Amino acid sequence: MRDLTNDILELIRRTSSSLPKDVEERLRAAVEKEAPGSAARGALETILKNIELSRANSTPICQDTGTPIFHVYYPEVCCSTRKIREQIRAALAEATQRSYMRPNAVDAIYDNNTGDNLGGDDFPYIHFEEVEAGQPLTIELMLKGGGCENVGRQYSLPDNHLGAGRDMAGVRKVVLDAVQKAQGLGCAPGVLGVAIGGNRGTSYTKSKEVLFDQLGTRNEDPKLAALEERLTSEANQMGIGPMGFGGQTTVIDTKITGLHRLPASYFVSVSYMCWAYRRRKMTVWEDRVEYD
Amino acid sequence: MRSITTPISDDVIRELKVGEPVLLSGIMVTGRDAAHKWMIETFIKQTHEPKEGDLQVYEELKRLLNGSIIYHCGPVVSGLDTKDYKFVAAGPTTSIREEPYQADVMKHFNVKGVIGKGGMGPKTLKGCQEVPFVYFHAIGGAASYIAQSVQKVLGVYKMEFGVPEAMWVIEVRDFPVVVTMDAHGGSQHAVIDDNSKKVLDALLAQPY
Repeated sequence: MRDLTNDILELIRRTSSSLPKDVEERLRAAVEKEAPGSAARGALETILKNIELSRANSTPICQDTGTPIFHVYYPEVCCSTRKIREQIRAALAEATQRSYMRPNAVDAIYDNNTGDNLGGDDFPYIHFEEVEAGQPLTIELMLKGGGCENVGRQYSLPDNHLGAGRDMAGVRKVVLDAVQKAQGLGCAPGVLGVAIGGNRGTSYTKSKEVLFDQLGTRNEDPKLAALEERLTSEANQMGIGPMGFGGQTTVIDTKITGLHRLPASYFVSVSYMCWAYRRRKMTVWEDRVEYD
Repeated sequence: MRSITTPISDDVIRELKVGEPVLLSGIMVTGRDAAHKWMIETFIKQTHEPKEGDLQVYEELKRLLNGSIIYHCGPVVSGLDTKDYKFVAAGPTTSIREEPYQADVMKHFNVKGVIGKGGMGPKTLKGCQEVPFVYFHAIGGAASYIAQSVQKVLGVYKMEFGVPEAMWVIEVRDFPVVVTMDAHGGSQHAVIDDNSKKVLDALLAQPY
């Protein structure tokens, strides 16, 4: 297996500085919905200028370069996951040195910042999954900032306060509550990742994993697809708007996944992704590396 | 659009109303979670002994912050090895985490403005009227764009907090912000929160 450190460094540079096309298109469409001269429109116009500038200069879209979340899909009989892990870590330290990334790993007990984005075994977070032999090695990266991570919520249903029972009607209620509580703090307009079921851990993990999908694609289950569309539409009726300045667009899409749960538990986890929705993919072919 | 340069007078602060866009210029200091906790514990409540060098930093901060602005920002900075610092990305961080500290810090150092995102709560709003000062909202995530308004990095204090949490002294030019909390009790955040809560209650009352 060849050394991929430099290729992964390029993946990090692209992810931090160049917003994916599907996200940018949604933000461009959102501008037209806001009144000329409004603070909401001004915010979106600034956001679009920032997207162009970051891409042109290879500078971070947002100074909070977030929690790096790597998903590695490796073909059977191909690679050493231990070596890939080492190369990802080396690339991340180099990306930090080059100011593509902010040093973001802070020891929670002693408060010191490691300075290179490497902290213990779990920072960065790397998930490995084996795919069939013959498939290419692919590495996906998502950078999720702390502001939006902080407004994520997990509900244990039934929730008496919201009158939310253990069904789709209850799920709808708690997700809308999460959007109202987030206000503009998660850098609206955002994207909602929702997991229904699982345990506390898997539920949160899956609510983030759905954010690797393209915007606009719907869940195959018509029941969930309908709820995705309804939640986006109803969230936008609340008038929170870009940055919480008031306005038409608070949420640009919703992604839902259903998991199995214990009879005793019914968790609904909401991960909020800010407009600076940084996710990129690299595919390793025999003779070249392709970036999305 | 109104342009304001630090140091800012109380009269100018009282003229500002919620919703007004402003271009800020002059010298300001970044500070976020670790910095606010440190200022409160070491100098304001004095529950912690100052560490070596803290008193000197305190004297310099008193001079720098008087009439100036605290920016809730954890920047990406280049030139760390050579100390030829440059802000590469420098958008605002979420302000509400400083709610327990902000009003007391503003009063103690006579700071006239705070820049952040997401707005702050009732304690800070009360402080806005008493000190007086205003809350300027910058565009969250617009980090490369805002970094362009940073003309110069004049220095840094408390580097032991790490790059994002250190207190960076910067000179800015035409930094675009909107007033969202003013010195007359106005808060755009409280209005949007109340209105969205009413819509939420109506949505929750609808059948599935």
